[in-house]
Amino acid sequence: MDQQHIRNFSIIAHIDHGKSTLADRILELTHTVSAREMREQVLDSMDLERERGITIKAQAVRVDWKDHQLNLIDTPGHVDFTYEVSRSLQACEGALLVVDAAQGIEAQTLANAYLALENDLEIVPVVNKIDLPQADPDGAARQLADLLGVDPARVLRISAKTGVGVDDVLDAIVERVPPPAGDPGAAGRALVFDSSYDQYRGVVAFVRIVDGTFTRREQLQTMALRTRFEAQELGFFSPGQRAVPSLEAGEVGYVITGLKEVSELRVGDTITSQRAPAAEPLPGFKDVKPMVFAGLFPTDSDQYPDLRDALEKLKLNDAALFYEPENSQALGFGFRCGFLGLLHMEIVRERLEREFDLDLLVTAPTVAYRVSAPGDGAIEVHNPAEMPDEFELVEEPYVKASIIVPKAYVGAVMELNNERRGRFDHLEYLTEERVHLTYELPLAEIVLDYYDQLKSRTRGYASFDYDVADFREGNLVRVDVLVGGETVDALSLIVHRDSAYGRGKALVEKLREEIPRQMFDVAIQAAIGSRVIARETVKARRKDVLAKCYGGDITRKRKLLERQKAGKKRMKQVGAVEVPQEAFLAVLNLGDAQR
Amino acid sequence: MSGVRHLYVHLPFCAHRCGYCDFVTVVGRPNEHERYVDAILAELALERPLLADELDTVFLGGGTPTFTRPAALVRLLAALPRAVEVTVEANPETVTPALATLLREGGVTRVSLGAQSFEPRLLRVLERSAQPEDVRRAVYALRDANFDNISLDLIYGVPGQSAADLERDLGAALALEPDHLSCYELEAKPGTRFTHTFGDELARQADAMEDYLERVVERLTGAGYRWYETANFCRPGAPAAAVDFRARHNLAYWRGRDYVGLGIGAVSTLGDDRWRNSPGLARYMAALERGAGPPRDHEALDDAVRRRERVMLGLRLDEPLVLDGAENVLDPEALERLQRLGLARADASTLTLTDRGRFLGGGVTAELLA
Repeated sequence: MDQQHIRNFSIIAHIDHGKSTLADRILELTHTVSAREMREQVLDSMDLERERGITIKAQAVRVDWKDHQLNLIDTPGHVDFTYEVSRSLQACEGALLVVDAAQGIEAQTLANAYLALENDLEIVPVVNKIDLPQADPDGAARQLADLLGVDPARVLRISAKTGVGVDDVLDAIVERVPPPAGDPGAAGRALVFDSSYDQYRGVVAFVRIVDGTFTRREQLQTMALRTRFEAQELGFFSPGQRAVPSLEAGEVGYVITGLKEVSELRVGDTITSQRAPAAEPLPGFKDVKPMVFAGLFPTDSDQYPDLRDALEKLKLNDAALFYEPENSQALGFGFRCGFLGLLHMEIVRERLEREFDLDLLVTAPTVAYRVSAPGDGAIEVHNPAEMPDEFELVEEPYVKASIIVPKAYVGAVMELNNERRGRFDHLEYLTEERVHLTYELPLAEIVLDYYDQLKSRTRGYASFDYDVADFREGNLVRVDVLVGGETVDALSLIVHRDSAYGRGKALVEKLREEIPRQMFDVAIQAAIGSRVIARETVKARRKDVLAKCYGGDITRKRKLLERQKAGKKRMKQVGAVEVPQEAFLAVLNLGDAQR
Repeated sequence: MSGVRHLYVHLPFCAHRCGYCDFVTVVGRPNEHERYVDAILAELALERPLLADELDTVFLGGGTPTFTRPAALVRLLAALPRAVEVTVEANPETVTPALATLLREGGVTRVSLGAQSFEPRLLRVLERSAQPEDVRRAVYALRDANFDNISLDLIYGVPGQSAADLERDLGAALALEPDHLSCYELEAKPGTRFTHTFGDELARQADAMEDYLERVVERLTGAGYRWYETANFCRPGAPAAAVDFRARHNLAYWRGRDYVGLGIGAVSTLGDDRWRNSPGLARYMAALERGAGPPRDHEALDDAVRRRERVMLGLRLDEPLVLDGAENVLDPEALERLQRLGLARADASTLTLTDRGRFLGGGVTAELLA
């Protein structure tokens, strides 16, 4: 199709502001999906996506509207996937910015709106849920108009639920969003904005053709990673796969590559032809690095091979997931995993537990630290246990955090940010009632239940987004936990010196409650290097006998001891001390309840 | 002469089932006592070939053996094989001078009295009907009938029992100069009425009562008694004169000897075979009246199990456990660790627990068993 009749757009919205419902209505209205096939959140295929009302993988669906080909690129809205979002936006010329008429603009909306503006997208503002009794369409429209610097009359008012105004949205896309402006005659260039893995056909690249034409059986290559493959099939989604002989400049679709690993085809890379390659790749490719790390251990060590297989499978569809084997003396064999952020971590964990039926122990999340040690130069530390005892300098990642909150809660948010070593940056009134705050915060402070705290201190009214900014020197120390004189590697933490005592004390107190009494006194200590900062003792048992044992109950008593022995075998051995799995769990969950 | 030398006879009848009890008991049924004794004697006749001509020990346990109607009891005692030690369990309130004489004349050499406590408040919690006075009267009656081996049972760790209560109980028991004392910590056994009522309270008190076993051992050994088994104490004997107040029958269990048990719920162990008579009174009597053996469950004991049991039982005693193959079922690392902790001592052929090891005997044994 000629580019004048193509429109590529995405939908930006906060969770629950109606993005998926609007997408559903668009598919219905354009007869892309018949009423019989229709179900809620039709584009979100994962259980987890439907349940949480979020989109994890990007989707691209082609619909026809009044002689135009519209491509809707549905993006993950969350900050963890900012890079993916930015690539998806790069594949579009326009975006619908959807705001709930009762809620107004949220931090995530704002972050993604700025992202869209940075990508020079035409933004079509939409106020949704105008049918709700508590809706304030005028207020929400005013906020959007202020944000975008447009006339409030340009803001569309719809109800995706009832379908009111959805046809106006489609018309506005055709009228306002510019057509693609690539060169159909130039060497082919296609932007990879996501990929998935098909167990029979290998890696499927989701692409936006920018220049030229791509045809089936063409020999292709990527420009950053230099991966070579043949286009086994080209097509678009409607919403199922529809094969076509070729994809042309301006179009959105998929390429089946036959590649066996998603890591060979990275989001943001440019696909071009091997025979007549383009001179320059499309801009913006970045090798995304995981920012949050945690150890994942099976609670039952027999599940280790299952965990390895499961991670391999997840990795097929999730190039951002990083993992390497980790052996903890306390928790046994597991994996140190790297994630884009907390949501990414939570999603991976949930998928491992639900889709692969694994029971996992997850260590406290940590961030990537840059440590300069004498002799070693600078190293990146993803695991507190690997932090050298002596170092010259530690740097930690900082984020630019954006928080939108009703003005009554500004004090509470400031207090929380101060506790979390935040540096105030900016305060701005979005409306008379709503305030936008920006702060610089160490990422380490955010991975530790920051979002839960923010929610609870603002009664759920705050919305929050962040973007990793840079690395800065921090006054950080490693706190080790010792049980019976032995360091429990899985419990080591890197924390700011000022909170070392509090964290250490809470840890040893919790462990004292959780470690059963043994046949000897067990010292539980928190230490920085060789200096003990907190100490508790589990007193030795004084008595552990079977009250009586005569001819009639020998079998029963023997079985009792055998069970007791089996129970001991299930415990994790730290030196001579038996520590039940639950004790680690309780301590690892401490982060949630502690502050 | 080969053959089993230890015989247990179960007399299940009781006036009342105490809340904490999980033994096989039958309340009342005075009309069944004679029939039951007939059944016991029939089972004895069936099993007689397993037994040695002369037994070492006979033990009549319950239930409350002395609640059995006297005529039936006399008949039973008369028909049982002779033995060096014949023990009968008795509840204090059942022991009259007449009963004491009856037992003595029936060949009983040792009586084990279920005193449990001398504190009326605690006796009520335990649902024991005997009063402290009954215990004293029973001991006097037995002494008058020339019993020179009397044992008292005490229970400690009763809900509401303070350390001072325990000391008073021990003092009252010692004042009666028993030859032997069994002191059991009250167990909240799953499914009993008692656990239902007091289980939570017992759990709450567990920490406060943690040192009660130490107190018991300290007090009784201080009074000259020998702590010869986890829960058992006796006056020092005179080895030269072959006087030994340890419970000879129970020693046979702890040393892993074979034994035959008669009556409902009774267990026998013979080589690699262990069987338990089913607990139903009516089925037991009916089977034996038909001339058949009682309904039983068998359990096969392989070598490793027998060795594990020998370790579990033997380590309850204050004498060294002769390994004799049992080293094959021990975890060498655990043994090493326990020795380092000062809980056990081993040499090439024996294994002994230290005093502290004995206080932790359950955990120590569990850890030792590979």
